[in-house]
Amino acid sequence: MNLCIRKGHLFDPASGLDTVSNLYIRKGEIVAIGRKPAGFEIKKQIDVNGRYVFPGLVDLSARLREPGEHFKADIASETRAAASGGITTLICPPDTTPIIDTPAVVELIHQRSEQSGKTRVLCLGALTHGLKGERLAEMYSLKEAGCIGVSNAMQPIENTEVLRRAMEYAVTCGMTVFIQPEDPWLGSGTMHEGAYSTRMGIPPIPETAETVAIARDLLLIEETGVRAHFMHLSTARGVELIRDARKRGLPVTADVSIHQLHFTDKDVESYNSLCRVKPPFRHHSDKERLIDGIKKGVIGAICSDHQPLDHDAKMAPFSMTEPGVSSLDVMLPLVMKLVDDKLLDLETAVRAITHTPSEILGLPLGSLAVGTSADLCIYDPEQRWTVSENALTSAGKNTPTLGWQLKGKVTHTLLKGRIVHKSRI
Amino acid sequence: MTAQKPGIQLNKKGRLKHFLTTEELSRQILTEILDTAENFAGVGERAVKKVPLLRGKTIANLFFEPSTRTRTTFELAAKRLSADVLNINIEASATKKGESLLDTLQTLESMHCDMFVVRHANSGAAHFIASLVAPGIRVINAGDGRHAHPTQAMLDAFTIRRHKGGFNGLKVAIVGDIMHSRVARSEIHAFNTLGVKEVRVIAPKTLIPAYMRALGVKVFHDLKLGLKGVDAVIMLRLQRERMQGPLLPSADEFFKMYGLTEERLKVASPDVMVLHPGPINRGVEIDSEVADGPRSVILEQVSHGIAIRMAVMSLCMGSVE
Repeated sequence: MNLCIRKGHLFDPASGLDTVSNLYIRKGEIVAIGRKPAGFEIKKQIDVNGRYVFPGLVDLSARLREPGEHFKADIASETRAAASGGITTLICPPDTTPIIDTPAVVELIHQRSEQSGKTRVLCLGALTHGLKGERLAEMYSLKEAGCIGVSNAMQPIENTEVLRRAMEYAVTCGMTVFIQPEDPWLGSGTMHEGAYSTRMGIPPIPETAETVAIARDLLLIEETGVRAHFMHLSTARGVELIRDARKRGLPVTADVSIHQLHFTDKDVESYNSLCRVKPPFRHHSDKERLIDGIKKGVIGAICSDHQPLDHDAKMAPFSMTEPGVSSLDVMLPLVMKLVDDKLLDLETAVRAITHTPSEILGLPLGSLAVGTSADLCIYDPEQRWTVSENALTSAGKNTPTLGWQLKGKVTHTLLKGRIVHKSRI
Repeated sequence: MTAQKPGIQLNKKGRLKHFLTTEELSRQILTEILDTAENFAGVGERAVKKVPLLRGKTIANLFFEPSTRTRTTFELAAKRLSADVLNINIEASATKKGESLLDTLQTLESMHCDMFVVRHANSGAAHFIASLVAPGIRVINAGDGRHAHPTQAMLDAFTIRRHKGGFNGLKVAIVGDIMHSRVARSEIHAFNTLGVKEVRVIAPKTLIPAYMRALGVKVFHDLKLGLKGVDAVIMLRLQRERMQGPLLPSADEFFKMYGLTEERLKVASPDVMVLHPGPINRGVEIDSEVADGPRSVILEQVSHGIAIRMAVMSLCMGSVE
């Protein structure tokens, strides 16, 4: 259908757009900006009235809980949440049940998400079979089935020989390895090691749980030549290690979860289980350095690290609760809050959730350029709302932002030119 | 699931409602606990060892972690206050899921219990329970993970005050497994609030958490330096499973470096007192000569424990919503 987005504030760091203009969509593609192309017959139009039009968000990590954990969420509920948050492409890590280590699971997820049709779902295949860190997964078959990269998700590989070989095999298959850096022994606690964990008597996770793993992995990346992406950095020192590696020319990129940019270990103070997350919320100075890492381009992407949980998962004494934050619904307003708070400029912020993550994936997405897929979201920066269980589309209500007053809401999301979300207001 | 307010222990008038931690409580409240315990200290020596303060109330001892000593003194304290006592020992394995903990609570609530005395292996468990119980129900923390054991801290404070007359100017050293000790954490907060001049912790680096100084203590790794001039030494129990492994090579070596002997006590103040929350590992953290010697107040601590627990129970139960 021929569609015209009228008078939107088109903002796209990838193509340098920052202007109020019209945008024309035909057959799921952006065909023109500004002047209506000859012969273009408008079938439908959305009047944007100066609200932002951003490229659809590209989220490097979101759990959908399907297959395997329907009591937490499923592909239908979470892709709906993604669409309502302006996310048009998301990456599903391999730790589903069963694990994404066979083409059949990839096909199942693709099929279910196509049925839902709300957002583009791409899978990371397992790096090792069953994520057990013992033998290689069939990376080539996974790539053929459509996996965009490989990862051992939240299961650290203890055996360095296996890790090295897995990286070499990933090079052979031309796959990027996605690494969530954690030393399993140092990382066995449940909150950041600092004054708060000491006072609260919570088993601590020191900074080295992350940095020891990054340092080790960087050496193996250097040796094997694999392209690697570090997920969910949490420490200042971790940012430095990545910065130095990039300076040396290593093919590494990194992302940070949106909640790491808003919360610190102080927020855990009253044993708030909603703040239990892995890696843990760190010290205030870590948070500052993560933001600085985005500004300097060391951290290219901000992701949701969405992990929806059922109500009972958080109803226990702190260390017995499951880690994870539900964040698809609040991702964009929380990114924009960093802009409002003058911690990031708009261009850097939007680039980190659109263009750079799609570059990391090697996909021509996250842009409003003519000729690309018409994935976009319309964002009203002035709309105020309160985060509440009812206001969240995700089946997971586990966010420490419950009760927060947020400014800004996605009013429309388009995927390949189709309206997949339209807010009620 | 919602955040628990730090002020959960006090009612609107600032009176003690739950007793979960010594942290954030005022000197006035801690002193009130000590003074009330002073009134109860004689009850055990009477022919009729009971006062009718909590007659008709039901107190449930909810122990998710095994304990004989603490549970017994809580039980005795409740009985001396004329309350009815339920002892419920819940195997940790049966409550691996948070739901069953909730179920247990709801069941007990519907039996109209008035107070829960809770021990749990996880830090924050007592806070978690206090945040969920019906408004009229009181919660007393009998030990949660590594976090707090506030009645033990208060009975130690009580014992020290009885011997020293007060806290001003005192130097107190806590020796041993600080890392895993809820007793140490509760003592540090209580002593600092009550006006102790200097709280020290003495242990190898492996048994002292990073950022310990943030709690307001001086950290020593050398026993001799740490004991110099102290007025009270609190020896912590070293759990058997910690004696060999990544934290310590052996019990013998620990005793060599940190075991309390008469000889080593010579650098302390001449009238130094020696405390231990029990049960003692003789020859691991403390020499029998010291444990049974004139400076030891270890047995006194046990009977003071009953008075303190009576005080806390009656104060919490006496406060209205």
